[in-house]
Amino acid sequence: MADVNRGNRPLSPHLQIYRPQLTAITSILTRITGNALIVGALLVVWWFIAAAKGPEYFALANGVITSWFGDLVLLGSVWALWYHALAGIRHLIWDTGRGLEIGTAEKLGWAVIIGSFALTALTVVVL
Amino acid sequence: MVQFTLPKNSKITTGKTWPKPEGATNIRKFQIYRWNPDDGKNPRVDTYFVDMDSCGPMVLDALIKIKNEIDPTLTFRRSCREGICGSCAMNIDGINTLACIYGMDEIKGDVKIYPLPHMPVVKDLVPDLTHFYAQHASIMPWLETKTNRPAKEWRQSIEDRKKLDGLYECVMCASCSTSCPSYWWNGDRYLGPAALLHAYRWLIDSRDEATGERLDELEDPFKLYRCHTIMNCAKTCPKGLNPAKAIASIKKMMVERMV
Repeated sequence: MADVNRGNRPLSPHLQIYRPQLTAITSILTRITGNALIVGALLVVWWFIAAAKGPEYFALANGVITSWFGDLVLLGSVWALWYHALAGIRHLIWDTGRGLEIGTAEKLGWAVIIGSFALTALTVVVL
Repeated sequence: MVQFTLPKNSKITTGKTWPKPEGATNIRKFQIYRWNPDDGKNPRVDTYFVDMDSCGPMVLDALIKIKNEIDPTLTFRRSCREGICGSCAMNIDGINTLACIYGMDEIKGDVKIYPLPHMPVVKDLVPDLTHFYAQHASIMPWLETKTNRPAKEWRQSIEDRKKLDGLYECVMCASCSTSCPSYWWNGDRYLGPAALLHAYRWLIDSRDEATGERLDELEDPFKLYRCHTIMNCAKTCPKGLNPAKAIASIKKMMVERMV
Protein backbone atom coordinates (compact mmCIF):
# COMPACT_ATOMS: atom_id res chain seq x y z
CA MET A 1 0.00 0.00 0.00
CA ALA A 2 1.67 3.09 -1.22
CA ASP A 3 -0.22 5.37 1.19
CA VAL A 4 1.51 4.07 4.31
CA ASN A 5 4.99 3.92 2.87
CA ARG A 6 7.02 5.67 5.50
CA GLY A 7 10.57 6.40 4.46
CA ASN A 8 11.76 4.56 1.40
CA ARG A 9 10.19 1.20 2.17
CA PRO A 10 10.23 -1.18 -0.78
CA LEU A 11 7.07 -2.88 -2.01
CA SER A 12 7.24 -6.63 -1.44
CA PRO A 13 7.08 -8.74 -4.64
CA HIS A 14 3.62 -9.94 -5.68
CA LEU A 15 2.90 -11.28 -9.20
CA GLN A 16 6.61 -12.06 -9.54
CA ILE A 17 6.55 -14.65 -6.75
CA TYR A 18 2.93 -15.75 -6.22
CA ARG A 19 2.25 -19.29 -7.43
CA PRO A 20 -0.45 -19.18 -10.16
CA GLN A 21 -3.79 -20.50 -8.89
CA LEU A 22 -6.40 -22.15 -11.12
CA THR A 23 -9.20 -19.90 -9.87
CA ALA A 24 -7.06 -16.80 -10.42
CA ILE A 25 -6.11 -17.86 -13.97
CA THR A 26 -9.72 -18.60 -14.92
CA SER A 27 -10.67 -15.24 -13.41
CA ILE A 28 -8.18 -13.16 -15.38
CA LEU A 29 -9.01 -15.13 -18.56
CA THR A 30 -12.63 -14.01 -18.13
CA ARG A 31 -11.48 -10.41 -18.29
CA ILE A 32 -9.02 -11.01 -21.13
CA THR A 33 -11.58 -12.85 -23.28
CA GLY A 34 -14.14 -10.12 -22.54
CA ASN A 35 -11.80 -7.42 -23.79
CA ALA A 36 -10.62 -9.49 -26.77
CA LEU A 37 -14.25 -9.97 -27.80
CA ILE A 38 -14.64 -6.20 -28.13
CA VAL A 39 -11.87 -6.31 -30.75
CA GLY A 40 -13.50 -9.33 -32.41
CA ALA A 41 -16.86 -7.54 -32.49
CA LEU A 42 -15.28 -4.45 -34.06
CA LEU A 43 -13.82 -6.68 -36.76
CA VAL A 44 -17.24 -8.08 -37.61
CA VAL A 45 -18.73 -4.57 -37.60
CA TRP A 46 -15.99 -3.47 -39.99
CA TRP A 47 -16.95 -6.42 -42.25
CA PHE A 48 -20.61 -5.29 -42.28
CA ILE A 49 -19.72 -1.65 -42.92
CA ALA A 50 -17.49 -2.75 -45.79
CA ALA A 51 -20.44 -4.69 -47.27
CA ALA A 52 -22.57 -1.53 -47.09
CA LYS A 53 -19.87 0.61 -48.67
CA GLY A 54 -19.54 -1.23 -51.92
CA PRO A 55 -18.15 -4.30 -53.65
CA GLU A 56 -14.55 -3.10 -53.89
CA TYR A 57 -14.18 -2.25 -50.22
CA PHE A 58 -16.04 -5.45 -49.27
CA ALA A 59 -13.58 -7.48 -51.33
CA LEU A 60 -10.76 -6.01 -49.28
CA ALA A 61 -12.43 -6.57 -45.89
CA ASN A 62 -13.67 -10.00 -46.90
CA GLY A 63 -10.16 -10.87 -48.08
CA VAL A 64 -8.69 -10.00 -44.69
CA ILE A 65 -11.38 -11.80 -42.71
CA THR A 66 -11.31 -14.99 -44.79
CA SER A 67 -7.51 -15.14 -44.92
CA TRP A 68 -5.73 -17.68 -42.72
CA PHE A 69 -5.01 -14.91 -40.23
CA GLY A 70 -8.64 -13.80 -40.23
CA ASP A 71 -9.71 -17.39 -39.69
CA LEU A 72 -7.33 -17.66 -36.76
CA VAL A 73 -8.70 -14.48 -35.17
CA LEU A 74 -12.28 -15.63 -35.65
CA LEU A 75 -11.50 -19.08 -34.28
CA GLY A 76 -9.94 -17.38 -31.25
CA SER A 77 -13.05 -15.21 -30.95
CA VAL A 78 -15.31 -18.27 -30.98
CA TRP A 79 -13.27 -19.79 -28.16
CA ALA A 80 -13.27 -16.48 -26.28
CA LEU A 81 -17.03 -16.25 -26.68
CA TRP A 82 -17.60 -19.73 -25.27
CA TYR A 83 -15.11 -19.20 -22.49
CA HIS A 84 -16.60 -15.88 -21.50
CA ALA A 85 -20.15 -17.26 -21.61
CA LEU A 86 -19.27 -20.28 -19.46
CA ALA A 87 -17.31 -18.13 -17.02
CA GLY A 88 -20.34 -15.85 -16.86
CA ILE A 89 -22.53 -18.80 -15.93
CA ARG A 90 -20.02 -19.70 -13.24
CA HIS A 91 -20.32 -16.17 -11.87
CA LEU A 92 -24.12 -16.50 -11.85
CA ILE A 93 -23.79 -19.70 -9.79
CA TRP A 94 -21.42 -17.93 -7.40
CA ASP A 95 -23.82 -14.99 -7.08
CA THR A 96 -26.37 -17.35 -5.55
CA GLY A 97 -23.80 -18.21 -2.89
CA ARG A 98 -23.20 -21.71 -4.27
CA GLY A 99 -20.05 -23.37 -5.61
CA LEU A 100 -17.68 -21.31 -3.50
CA GLU A 101 -15.91 -24.16 -1.72
CA ILE A 102 -12.35 -24.46 -3.05
CA GLY A 103 -12.88 -27.94 -4.51
CA THR A 104 -16.14 -27.01 -6.25
CA ALA A 105 -14.79 -23.70 -7.52
CA GLU A 106 -11.79 -25.48 -9.05
CA LYS A 107 -14.00 -28.13 -10.64
CA LEU A 108 -16.12 -25.35 -12.13
CA GLY A 109 -12.89 -23.76 -13.36
CA TRP A 110 -11.87 -26.92 -15.18
CA ALA A 111 -15.41 -27.25 -16.53
CA VAL A 112 -15.14 -23.75 -18.01
CA ILE A 113 -11.73 -24.47 -19.60
CA ILE A 114 -12.58 -27.91 -20.99
CA GLY A 115 -16.11 -26.85 -21.90
CA SER A 116 -14.87 -23.83 -23.85
CA PHE A 117 -12.54 -25.95 -25.98
CA ALA A 118 -15.14 -28.69 -26.50
CA LEU A 119 -17.82 -26.20 -27.56
CA THR A 120 -15.34 -24.43 -29.86
CA ALA A 121 -14.56 -27.74 -31.56
CA LEU A 122 -18.29 -28.47 -31.82
CA THR A 123 -18.93 -25.04 -33.32
CA VAL A 124 -16.23 -25.60 -35.96
CA VAL A 125 -17.62 -29.04 -36.82
CA VAL A 126 -21.24 -27.84 -37.04
CA LEU A 127 -20.48 -24.70 -39.05
CA MET B 1 -3.78 1.01 -9.46
CA VAL B 2 -2.53 -1.91 -11.50
CA GLN B 3 1.23 -2.00 -11.76
CA PHE B 4 2.64 -5.37 -12.74
CA THR B 5 6.29 -4.54 -12.16
CA LEU B 6 7.98 -3.54 -8.93
CA PRO B 7 9.00 0.09 -8.28
CA LYS B 8 12.67 0.90 -8.81
CA ASN B 9 13.57 0.80 -5.10
CA SER B 10 11.87 -2.60 -4.74
CA LYS B 11 13.61 -4.55 -7.51
CA ILE B 12 15.23 -7.62 -6.04
CA THR B 13 18.95 -8.31 -6.42
CA THR B 14 20.97 -11.44 -5.74
CA GLY B 15 22.27 -11.43 -2.19
CA LYS B 16 24.82 -13.27 -0.16
CA THR B 17 25.27 -17.05 -0.19
CA TRP B 18 25.99 -18.13 3.36
CA PRO B 19 28.37 -21.06 4.01
CA LYS B 20 27.06 -24.60 4.31
CA PRO B 21 27.02 -26.13 7.80
CA GLU B 22 30.08 -28.30 8.31
CA GLY B 23 29.69 -32.07 8.53
CA ALA B 24 26.00 -32.00 7.63
CA THR B 25 24.74 -34.64 5.21
CA ASN B 26 21.08 -33.69 4.93
CA ILE B 27 21.19 -30.08 3.71
CA ARG B 28 18.31 -27.99 2.44
CA LYS B 29 18.66 -24.74 0.51
CA PHE B 30 16.68 -21.66 1.61
CA GLN B 31 16.24 -18.50 -0.43
CA ILE B 32 15.06 -15.65 1.73
CA TYR B 33 14.09 -12.06 0.94
CA ARG B 34 16.18 -9.50 2.81
CA TRP B 35 15.89 -5.75 3.07
CA ASN B 36 17.76 -3.58 5.52
CA PRO B 37 16.31 -0.07 6.01
CA ASP B 38 19.71 1.21 7.13
CA ASP B 39 22.03 0.31 4.24
CA GLY B 40 20.22 2.23 1.48
CA LYS B 41 20.36 -0.74 -0.90
CA ASN B 42 17.63 -2.58 -2.81
CA PRO B 43 16.09 -5.76 -1.44
CA ARG B 44 18.06 -8.96 -2.09
CA VAL B 45 17.57 -12.70 -1.83
CA ASP B 46 20.07 -14.46 0.43
CA THR B 47 20.85 -18.17 0.20
CA TYR B 48 21.20 -20.26 3.34
CA PHE B 49 21.90 -23.95 3.88
CA VAL B 50 20.26 -25.68 6.82
CA ASP B 51 21.15 -29.05 8.33
CA MET B 52 17.76 -30.78 8.31
CA ASP B 53 18.94 -33.55 10.66
CA SER B 54 19.07 -31.05 13.51
CA CYS B 55 16.06 -28.94 12.51
CA GLY B 56 12.38 -29.08 13.44
CA PRO B 57 9.77 -29.91 10.77
CA MET B 58 8.18 -26.50 10.24
CA VAL B 59 9.42 -23.57 8.16
CA LEU B 60 9.53 -21.44 11.31
CA ASP B 61 11.91 -23.98 12.90
CA ALA B 62 14.31 -23.44 10.02
CA LEU B 63 14.02 -19.65 10.22
CA ILE B 64 14.78 -19.70 13.94
CA LYS B 65 17.70 -22.07 13.32
CA ILE B 66 19.10 -19.72 10.68
CA LYS B 67 18.75 -16.76 13.04
CA ASN B 68 20.35 -18.65 15.93
CA GLU B 69 23.18 -20.38 14.11
CA ILE B 70 23.93 -18.62 10.81
CA ASP B 71 22.69 -15.03 10.58
CA PRO B 72 21.34 -13.21 13.66
CA THR B 73 20.30 -10.21 11.53
CA LEU B 74 17.50 -12.15 9.78
CA THR B 75 14.28 -10.45 10.89
CA PHE B 76 10.78 -11.93 11.06
CA ARG B 77 7.72 -11.86 13.34
CA ARG B 78 6.79 -14.94 15.32
CA SER B 79 5.19 -15.70 18.64
CA CYS B 80 2.91 -18.65 19.42
CA ARG B 81 4.44 -21.24 17.04
CA GLU B 82 1.06 -23.02 16.82
CA GLY B 83 -0.99 -21.06 14.27
CA ILE B 84 -3.08 -19.01 16.68
CA CYS B 85 -1.32 -15.62 16.83
CA GLY B 86 -0.94 -15.01 13.11
CA SER B 87 2.43 -13.27 13.48
CA CYS B 88 4.57 -15.41 11.19
CA ALA B 89 2.45 -15.01 8.05
CA MET B 90 4.71 -14.85 4.99
CA ASN B 91 4.95 -16.04 1.41
CA ILE B 92 6.40 -19.55 1.42
CA ASP B 93 6.87 -21.56 -1.77
CA GLY B 94 4.64 -19.11 -3.65
CA ILE B 95 1.65 -19.02 -1.32
CA ASN B 96 0.86 -17.09 1.83
CA THR B 97 0.77 -19.10 5.02
CA LEU B 98 1.95 -19.27 8.62
CA ALA B 99 5.57 -20.41 8.86
CA CYS B 100 4.88 -22.17 12.17
CA ILE B 101 2.28 -24.59 10.80
CA TYR B 102 3.65 -25.09 7.29
CA GLY B 103 5.71 -28.27 7.13
CA MET B 104 8.85 -28.31 5.01
CA ASP B 105 7.85 -31.76 3.73
CA GLU B 106 5.07 -29.97 1.81
CA ILE B 107 7.66 -28.08 -0.27
CA LYS B 108 9.41 -29.51 -3.32
CA GLY B 109 12.93 -28.28 -3.97
CA ASP B 110 14.44 -25.15 -2.44
CA VAL B 111 12.46 -23.24 0.17
CA LYS B 112 11.70 -19.72 -1.09
CA ILE B 113 10.50 -17.22 1.48
CA TYR B 114 9.25 -13.66 0.86
CA PRO B 115 7.29 -11.19 2.94
CA LEU B 116 3.50 -11.01 2.42
CA PRO B 117 3.04 -9.74 -1.17
CA HIS B 118 2.48 -6.15 -2.26
CA MET B 119 3.07 -4.58 1.14
CA PRO B 120 5.57 -1.95 2.31
CA VAL B 121 8.48 -3.77 3.93
CA VAL B 122 9.69 -2.66 7.37
CA LYS B 123 12.64 -5.07 7.36
CA ASP B 124 13.31 -8.50 5.79
CA LEU B 125 10.13 -10.57 6.26
CA VAL B 126 8.27 -7.94 8.28
CA PRO B 127 5.58 -6.05 6.33
CA ASP B 128 3.85 -2.85 7.48
CA LEU B 129 0.28 -3.86 8.39
CA THR B 130 -0.90 -0.42 9.61
CA HIS B 131 -3.37 0.08 6.77
CA PHE B 132 -4.60 -3.52 7.02
CA TYR B 133 -5.41 -3.07 10.72
CA ALA B 134 -7.06 0.29 10.06
CA GLN B 135 -9.35 -1.37 7.52
CA HIS B 136 -10.27 -4.02 10.07
CA ALA B 137 -11.10 -1.31 12.62
CA SER B 138 -13.26 0.45 10.02
CA ILE B 139 -15.81 -2.39 9.84
CA MET B 140 -16.66 -1.98 13.56
CA PRO B 141 -15.39 -5.38 14.75
CA TRP B 142 -17.53 -5.41 17.88
CA LEU B 143 -21.11 -6.07 18.95
CA GLU B 144 -23.32 -3.03 18.26
CA THR B 145 -26.59 -2.97 20.18
CA LYS B 146 -29.43 -0.50 20.61
CA THR B 147 -31.78 -2.26 23.00
CA ASN B 148 -31.19 -2.09 26.74
CA ARG B 149 -28.47 -4.23 28.13
CA PRO B 150 -29.72 -7.59 29.44
CA ALA B 151 -29.21 -8.39 33.13
CA LYS B 152 -26.64 -11.04 32.22
CA GLU B 153 -25.05 -11.83 28.85
CA TRP B 154 -26.52 -11.39 25.35
CA ARG B 155 -28.12 -14.77 24.66
CA GLN B 156 -27.76 -16.63 21.38
CA SER B 157 -29.31 -19.90 20.22
CA ILE B 158 -27.10 -22.83 19.29
CA GLU B 159 -28.20 -22.47 15.64
CA ASP B 160 -27.34 -18.77 15.56
CA ARG B 161 -24.00 -19.42 17.22
CA LYS B 162 -23.23 -22.00 14.50
CA LYS B 163 -23.42 -19.26 11.87
CA LEU B 164 -20.20 -17.83 13.29
CA ASP B 165 -18.25 -21.03 12.70
CA GLY B 166 -15.74 -20.60 9.88
CA LEU B 167 -15.59 -16.86 10.64
CA TYR B 168 -14.59 -16.35 14.27
CA GLU B 169 -11.46 -18.50 13.80
CA CYS B 170 -9.70 -15.79 11.74
CA VAL B 171 -6.45 -14.70 13.39
CA MET B 172 -5.90 -11.62 11.20
CA CYS B 173 -2.60 -12.87 9.78
CA ALA B 174 -3.25 -10.98 6.49
CA SER B 175 -2.39 -14.01 4.32
CA CYS B 176 -5.69 -13.76 2.43
CA SER B 177 -5.73 -10.03 1.80
CA THR B 178 -2.15 -10.01 0.57
CA SER B 179 -2.83 -12.96 -1.77
CA CYS B 180 -5.62 -11.06 -3.52
CA PRO B 181 -4.73 -9.36 -6.84
CA SER B 182 -7.68 -7.02 -6.35
CA TYR B 183 -6.23 -6.00 -2.98
CA TRP B 184 -2.81 -5.57 -4.62
CA TRP B 185 -4.16 -3.10 -7.15
CA ASN B 186 -6.85 -1.37 -5.08
CA GLY B 187 -5.91 -2.05 -1.47
CA ASP B 188 -6.14 1.62 -0.62
CA ARG B 189 -9.92 1.56 -1.09
CA TYR B 190 -10.92 -2.13 -1.32
CA LEU B 191 -11.24 -3.59 2.19
CA GLY B 192 -9.84 -6.98 1.20
CA PRO B 193 -10.89 -10.51 2.21
CA ALA B 194 -9.85 -10.38 5.89
CA ALA B 195 -11.71 -7.19 6.80
CA LEU B 196 -14.76 -8.32 4.79
CA LEU B 197 -14.82 -11.74 6.46
CA HIS B 198 -14.88 -9.91 9.79
CA ALA B 199 -17.58 -7.58 8.50
CA TYR B 200 -19.71 -10.63 7.68
CA ARG B 201 -18.97 -12.20 11.05
CA TRP B 202 -20.76 -9.22 12.70
CA LEU B 203 -23.45 -8.92 10.00
CA ILE B 204 -24.79 -12.39 10.71
CA ASP B 205 -24.37 -12.26 14.47
CA SER B 206 -27.95 -12.66 15.77
CA ARG B 207 -27.18 -10.34 18.70
CA ASP B 208 -25.94 -7.44 16.56
CA GLU B 209 -28.40 -4.60 15.95
CA ALA B 210 -26.49 -2.51 13.42
CA THR B 211 -26.90 -4.72 10.35
CA GLY B 212 -28.36 -1.88 8.26
CA GLU B 213 -25.62 0.57 9.14
CA ARG B 214 -22.97 -2.06 8.49
CA LEU B 215 -24.39 -2.75 5.02
CA ASP B 216 -24.69 1.00 4.29
CA GLU B 217 -21.03 1.36 5.15
CA LEU B 218 -20.07 -1.43 2.69
CA GLU B 219 -22.34 -0.26 -0.16
CA ASP B 220 -19.47 1.17 -2.17
CA PRO B 221 -17.92 0.34 -5.55
CA PHE B 222 -14.55 -0.23 -3.93
CA LYS B 223 -14.91 -1.33 -0.29
CA LEU B 224 -16.89 -4.48 -1.15
CA TYR B 225 -17.35 -4.81 -4.89
CA ARG B 226 -13.68 -5.03 -5.91
CA CYS B 227 -14.01 -8.71 -5.01
CA HIS B 228 -14.11 -10.55 -8.36
CA THR B 229 -14.15 -14.03 -6.82
CA ILE B 230 -10.54 -14.74 -7.72
CA MET B 231 -10.49 -16.98 -4.64
CA ASN B 232 -6.76 -16.78 -3.85
CA CYS B 233 -7.92 -15.82 -0.34
CA ALA B 234 -9.78 -19.05 0.38
CA LYS B 235 -7.07 -21.12 -1.28
CA THR B 236 -4.29 -19.65 0.84
CA CYS B 237 -5.96 -19.22 4.26
CA PRO B 238 -3.76 -21.12 6.74
CA LYS B 239 -6.80 -21.63 8.98
CA GLY B 240 -8.87 -23.16 6.15
CA LEU B 241 -11.47 -20.37 6.19
CA ASN B 242 -13.30 -19.08 3.12
CA PRO B 243 -13.36 -15.27 2.88
CA ALA B 244 -14.61 -15.47 -0.74
CA LYS B 245 -17.76 -17.20 0.48
CA ALA B 246 -18.23 -14.64 3.26
CA ILE B 247 -17.92 -11.81 0.72
CA ALA B 248 -20.45 -13.51 -1.60
CA SER B 249 -22.79 -13.73 1.40
CA ILE B 250 -22.46 -9.98 2.01
CA LYS B 251 -23.22 -9.31 -1.67
CA LYS B 252 -26.30 -11.51 -1.31
CA MET B 253 -27.42 -9.57 1.78
CA MET B 254 -27.07 -6.36 -0.24
CA VAL B 255 -29.44 -7.72 -2.92
CA GLU B 256 -31.84 -9.25 -0.41
CA ARG B 257 -32.44 -5.98 1.38
CA MET B 258 -33.20 -4.26 -1.95
CA VAL B 259 -35.91 -6.69 -3.10
